[in-house]
Amino acid sequence: MAEIRIENVRKEFGKVVAVKDVSLVIPDREFIVLLGPSGCGKTTLLRCIAGLEQVDGGRVYFGDRDVTDLPVRQRRISMVFQSYAVFPHMTVFENIAFGLRMQHKPDVEVKRRVQAAAELLHIEELLARYPAQLSGGQRQRVAVARAIAYDADVLLMDEPLSNLDALLRLEMRAELKRLIEELQTTVVYVTHDQVEALSLGDRIAVMKQGEILQVDSPLTVYDRPAAHFVGSFIGNPPMNFLPARVIDGGAGLTVGEARLMLVGEMADAARRVGSQEVWLGIRAENIEPLTGPGPTTLPGRILVVEPLGSHTLLTVRTAEAMIKVNARADAPFRADQPVWLKLSADKVRLLDKTTGRAL
Amino acid sequence: MTARPAPPLSRRLSRVLVYLAAILVALYILAPIYLIAVMAFSPRAVVYGYPKPLLPTQISLETISFFINSYGILDSVKNSVLVAVFTLVISLAIGAPAGYALARYIFPGGDIYRILILSTRAFPVVILSIPLITTYISWGLDDSALGVALLHTAMALPTTILVTSSIFVGVSKDLEEAAMTMGCTRAGAFRRVALPLALPGLAASAIFTFMLSWNEVFAAAILTLQNQTLPARLIVQLNQSPIPFRFAGGFFILVPAIVFMLFARRYLFSLWGVKLR
Repeated sequence: MAEIRIENVRKEFGKVVAVKDVSLVIPDREFIVLLGPSGCGKTTLLRCIAGLEQVDGGRVYFGDRDVTDLPVRQRRISMVFQSYAVFPHMTVFENIAFGLRMQHKPDVEVKRRVQAAAELLHIEELLARYPAQLSGGQRQRVAVARAIAYDADVLLMDEPLSNLDALLRLEMRAELKRLIEELQTTVVYVTHDQVEALSLGDRIAVMKQGEILQVDSPLTVYDRPAAHFVGSFIGNPPMNFLPARVIDGGAGLTVGEARLMLVGEMADAARRVGSQEVWLGIRAENIEPLTGPGPTTLPGRILVVEPLGSHTLLTVRTAEAMIKVNARADAPFRADQPVWLKLSADKVRLLDKTTGRAL
Repeated sequence: MTARPAPPLSRRLSRVLVYLAAILVALYILAPIYLIAVMAFSPRAVVYGYPKPLLPTQISLETISFFINSYGILDSVKNSVLVAVFTLVISLAIGAPAGYALARYIFPGGDIYRILILSTRAFPVVILSIPLITTYISWGLDDSALGVALLHTAMALPTTILVTSSIFVGVSKDLEEAAMTMGCTRAGAFRRVALPLALPGLAASAIFTFMLSWNEVFAAAILTLQNQTLPARLIVQLNQSPIPFRFAGGFFILVPAIVFMLFARRYLFSLWGVKLR
């Protein structure tokens, strides 16, 4: 159990900068998710925390301990690998006991703690087996049991669910969440799956090209993305982005023909920047499709209607962009029908047209 | 469940041809071995007889024991074993770490290193023999088991390095890293995880090296006078020996190779990328 403090950590592979001077403080007992597309540096950052990679700059602290120059074994971490990395030549029992044996715990304690870890993951019956006799899901459980069996300051997980099939992944995700809430330990969890990140993390750090773009709670990251990339990476469908123009010194906004009055935080932001071109970001569920024009609506034409059960997803072509809109499941929309979109003014995000950063 | 339709005639025909070819190749290799074995276990009178029987008529150890008890044979067997064990130990001690490095690390010159390893086999021993002997004499290594073993090591190293590197590539790096996160040093992770997993393959590679040394004739013949290895002695003696001696000697030197093939074929196949079951 420890706070993790990362200060200006940098990692280069030849000419490629995998992690660009990243700083991040992860409070004790927080479950943080590093989220990003493949190649964004999230796994490299995790491996820098683990000590499996030497940093090229910056420091890493666990609590008061500066672990930057410590070898992996002295950092008191435990880690779950994407490939599980369960030792094929040892029984499940010996796999789970490995960390305890390395700490020279007495046999009685080893036995007790292996049993406890196995029970937490419901694999008590498998202890005598060899990994080759287990299914992928069972091996995954062994890998997690092995990581939690011994005392470590932080628990690191590198895409632990990505090798499981979809159904098993859902089941294991919920179980992991329960388990980690019970464990009360600091967890750094790497994934490229935004649903996994939203459902598991206390906070999500969204990474792109070696940099952290935003660190916030799942709902904040979802509702108020700090950058164009965050909005388009998180959520299904991704956030819609429309070219818009701030007018009247920030009092309002035009999107094509439609005028929108800004409220709250976004109105303040618009007033700060004054009249200029911006990106307007809005989620599909914050747009209401209407069958007739209104004072602040955006005209368009329905391209695709996709009934998804709980709601219906519309793809609408407007003069400005293609927009994804959620309609009620029983709404009578058909393809090729004109539609008018009403944007919820309190749910829009304004982003800088050149940097993509939220205003 | 519908029955699978019979493959077309041309497919069946080509399968028959493949098997036919395989049987021919097998016969080509096995027939002489078989005949030698029959003779090696026949009594002397039968071996001298003509025509020789295709099936063993009388099984006897007379011929084999005549060979084993001939002057110098046991000594040269001892030398052969000694040389082969030296070769095995030295080439694994040097080759396995090199193979591990090739498998685990990307380092500048790595690709060139791979090619350089192989290029050591580009110099025929025949050309090297005179400078080798003069060097060996000046170092006092001539006519010794260690001297032959050193040359055999040089000959075996390329394969040892490339084979062990492919073995270690097969042991996932994650496993060692996992061991390190749980408190192992790098060396400890190697010893507890990578080594046990690589052991069967390393054993096969070791036996391969052993066989290479056991069968090697030329270098052993030119580097030794008194302390000859078995092949070196046989190459000198076979032509001037009675027929039973030749059959027994031929059989004796074949056996380890056959035993090795039976033991190691699974590993050899997997090393070369073919999965056998």
